[in-house]
Amino acid sequence: MRHTFAVSIGGAAGQGVATPGNIFARIFARRGLSVQAYNAYQSIIRGGHTFLTIRTGPDEIKSFGDKIDLLIPLNQDTIDRHLNLLGAGAAVVYNGDTIKPGKAADGVRLCPLPVSQLNSNSRNKVEQNTLCVAAGLSMMGVGFQSLAEVLTQQFKKKGDAVVNENVESARSAYQYATEHFEPFPRPLPMTEKPQAVLTGNMALAMGGAAAGVKFYCAYPMSPSTGVLHWMASHARKSGIMVRQVEDEIGVVNMAIGAAQAGCRAMCATSGGGFALMTEGLGMAAMIETPMVVIDVQRAGPSTGVPTKTEQGDLWQMLGAGHGDYPRAIATPTDILDCFKIIPEIFNLVDKFQCPGIVLTDLLLSEGTGSVDPKELNFNVPIDRGELITAPDGVSGNYKRYLITESGISPRAIPGIPGYTHTVATDEHQEDGVLISDEFTNPVKRREMMEKRQRKVQGIEAAVPPPKLVGPRNADVTLIGWGSTKGVIEEAIELLADAGITASHLQIRWMVPLHGDAILDELRGAKHTIMVENNFSGQFARYLRGETSFVADGHIRKYDGEPFMPHHIVEAIKEQLAGKTKLSVPMHEIMV
Amino acid sequence: MATTEQLLKPITLPDYKGKVDPDWCPGCGDFGVLAALEKALVDLQIHPFNVVTISGIGCSSNLPGYIGTYGMHTLHGRALAVATGVKLANHDLTVVVTGGDGDGFGIGGNHFIHTMRRNVDLLYLAMDNQIYGLTTGQVSPTSSIGMKTKSTPHGSVEPPINPISMALAAGATFIARGFSGEQKHLTELIKQGLKHKGFSFIDVFSPCVTYNHDNTYAWFKQRVKKLEEDPTYDATNWLMAAERSQIWGEVIPIGKFFERNDLPSLDQAEPVLDEGGPLAHRKLGIPPEIAREFVTELM
Repeated sequence: MRHTFAVSIGGAAGQGVATPGNIFARIFARRGLSVQAYNAYQSIIRGGHTFLTIRTGPDEIKSFGDKIDLLIPLNQDTIDRHLNLLGAGAAVVYNGDTIKPGKAADGVRLCPLPVSQLNSNSRNKVEQNTLCVAAGLSMMGVGFQSLAEVLTQQFKKKGDAVVNENVESARSAYQYATEHFEPFPRPLPMTEKPQAVLTGNMALAMGGAAAGVKFYCAYPMSPSTGVLHWMASHARKSGIMVRQVEDEIGVVNMAIGAAQAGCRAMCATSGGGFALMTEGLGMAAMIETPMVVIDVQRAGPSTGVPTKTEQGDLWQMLGAGHGDYPRAIATPTDILDCFKIIPEIFNLVDKFQCPGIVLTDLLLSEGTGSVDPKELNFNVPIDRGELITAPDGVSGNYKRYLITESGISPRAIPGIPGYTHTVATDEHQEDGVLISDEFTNPVKRREMMEKRQRKVQGIEAAVPPPKLVGPRNADVTLIGWGSTKGVIEEAIELLADAGITASHLQIRWMVPLHGDAILDELRGAKHTIMVENNFSGQFARYLRGETSFVADGHIRKYDGEPFMPHHIVEAIKEQLAGKTKLSVPMHEIMV
Repeated sequence: MATTEQLLKPITLPDYKGKVDPDWCPGCGDFGVLAALEKALVDLQIHPFNVVTISGIGCSSNLPGYIGTYGMHTLHGRALAVATGVKLANHDLTVVVTGGDGDGFGIGGNHFIHTMRRNVDLLYLAMDNQIYGLTTGQVSPTSSIGMKTKSTPHGSVEPPINPISMALAAGATFIARGFSGEQKHLTELIKQGLKHKGFSFIDVFSPCVTYNHDNTYAWFKQRVKKLEEDPTYDATNWLMAAERSQIWGEVIPIGKFFERNDLPSLDQAEPVLDEGGPLAHRKLGIPPEIAREFVTELM
């Protein structure tokens, strides 16, 4: 059994759940521990209920896990809601002055802090949050110094007095806990490799910077807004033009304009904003201008649940925009992959001159995770394909849409003498002149459609097909896509402990899908189960449509919350026992 | 391939000739707008390869296909958003946006307002014929009350918008109205608009000879009166411009309503463009020392 430790902090929005969460994440990552954090929150600025879980350990942490070791409730509501989640060995650290715990399970330790007493030496009231963090760290066996460093960093802008007050109050809480509360049996270890901590949104933005994005624009929309925030705050150092636009229609069109003029251009949104962008995507395809749109899924349809996760936009991506056109759709599988996939998809769409979509979800975008800082490598290969950016003496009779075997035509950007041409959303002939209005011509129309569609084969060949991980004769083969990779991997570890062998096929590229390769990977599988964070099995239906493959069973969840490992384990057990072919796990944490 | 010799050669009207001739109806007002635009660009000796002509959808939006510049014939209503992206990606380019009243003030109304407030440095020529022509004659945002069209067979009951007042309210820094039937005057306005650093808006009466039988050449000829002929008119006075913009009836003012040059255009206001030239020609990626800094922030 791997060594992990999970702490959950709950309170009302505005009570400061995020800050202690960040403090824990930083301290764990600086110790070289792996971290995953997930914040279950509501679309409310003040009030409501927010519940943040941070899980850490010396080996790679792949999900926020199944169990809570330490609960820090910042208000009565939190302890009332969640005390029942704790089992033997877990502890609750709370403000004993204001919070009255109910009945806890046997073996759960209640650790009230005398907050007003610990604060007595302080002129300003130090937040109970900080004191609870300090007490928790004491019980985890983490030295006080690491907290002192983080608090100093956090409060240094407010001056030495505030820093000292916070550090000293935290020290008294730390000492109080050391004296009064029994520590957890296994102190948190330390490794030699400090980790970087970031959200998926930050990773997507940094991936864009690495890819050479020079133009980023967006309309704020949860849960994608974090990309805009990173871009805006790092724009000047990165030389990236960042614009907040009047609506998502403006966003996609502005990005296409910048892309047509020669920049790598990117934008991010969620499903509703993406819906407004779809006509623009068709334009990018028709004028053959490469650009990348990120869709961060949240629970839909319509406004849906803005602060909750889902994998419900797949069919919107597959069908975005009218007419037939080549596109690429990538679904990053973890936070680090959010960083890595952006340069990859830019190279792909630059080469094939078509729109690219990165399809991710709230679980990754607003989730926090640790990565080896070496993996955040900004020195990535950049391939802009057949792009003409300077006069070269050979232009002659330039044809922007020259018919070629690959379907790719050399692309000249505006401002280059000798290459003037007009790109049009109307169907056009090789030189860009419209054939749609006066000179409609079935032969030319067919040629141009086939030219664009020939790029599909090139795109398929340029992307590696997915690979099955684990034994082909496993008891069960799990198929997932995008953000479910980590939780499925962890479920597989738990299944192994229970004597069930499992293999795993995780899809990272939706388009190109590599249907034949998928069928090869699944050939001979004993029992296939598809895991999706949606109601209708959107990927199952897509895979069936493309390959005729039908899985033996399905695990789906559409309550707004992500899978926890035990959800998948229990579902597999019931399906292998023949009880059902469709499991819909119930989420136990009520937020 | 342009040689140095070609680049030094004076620019003439044939340099601006497009790959095909316009397919507008004979007598369409758009011919006059295209002619005035080409004349203005030639007069200012701007190279066609440094110009991007961008349009939406509609009869007038076919214009980029008829002029020898770089061009983008985009989506209905979206030309200004696309043009903003083009200008910010390469602020060395001269950006001209053309389109109709339905494209710009109807489906594109949101972008129209925001492009003006941002003072994006481009010339926007709205060919205003007060009708939807390409869809065979429906009411437009600038159609008059009472106008009978296929979608308003009993006469429109909706008041039209006033593009000049809207532009004044939204903060456009160059605002004019031209008439396709007044070539010299229109050419002069376009030249001023091209020279203006910031958002230049020219609403051009461009009669639809096929579907609008109310607002004809003759109708306009009787009414248009040039602001330039009024010695008391001061185009730097916003209040005066606002007042004149409300005049519509027996007299309809044309000419430059308003210009101010004290505000930076968006490319001037954006510090990312201060140094290093157009974004489109900059080196891609992040320098190693900056990249290290970005990662260190996460530790």
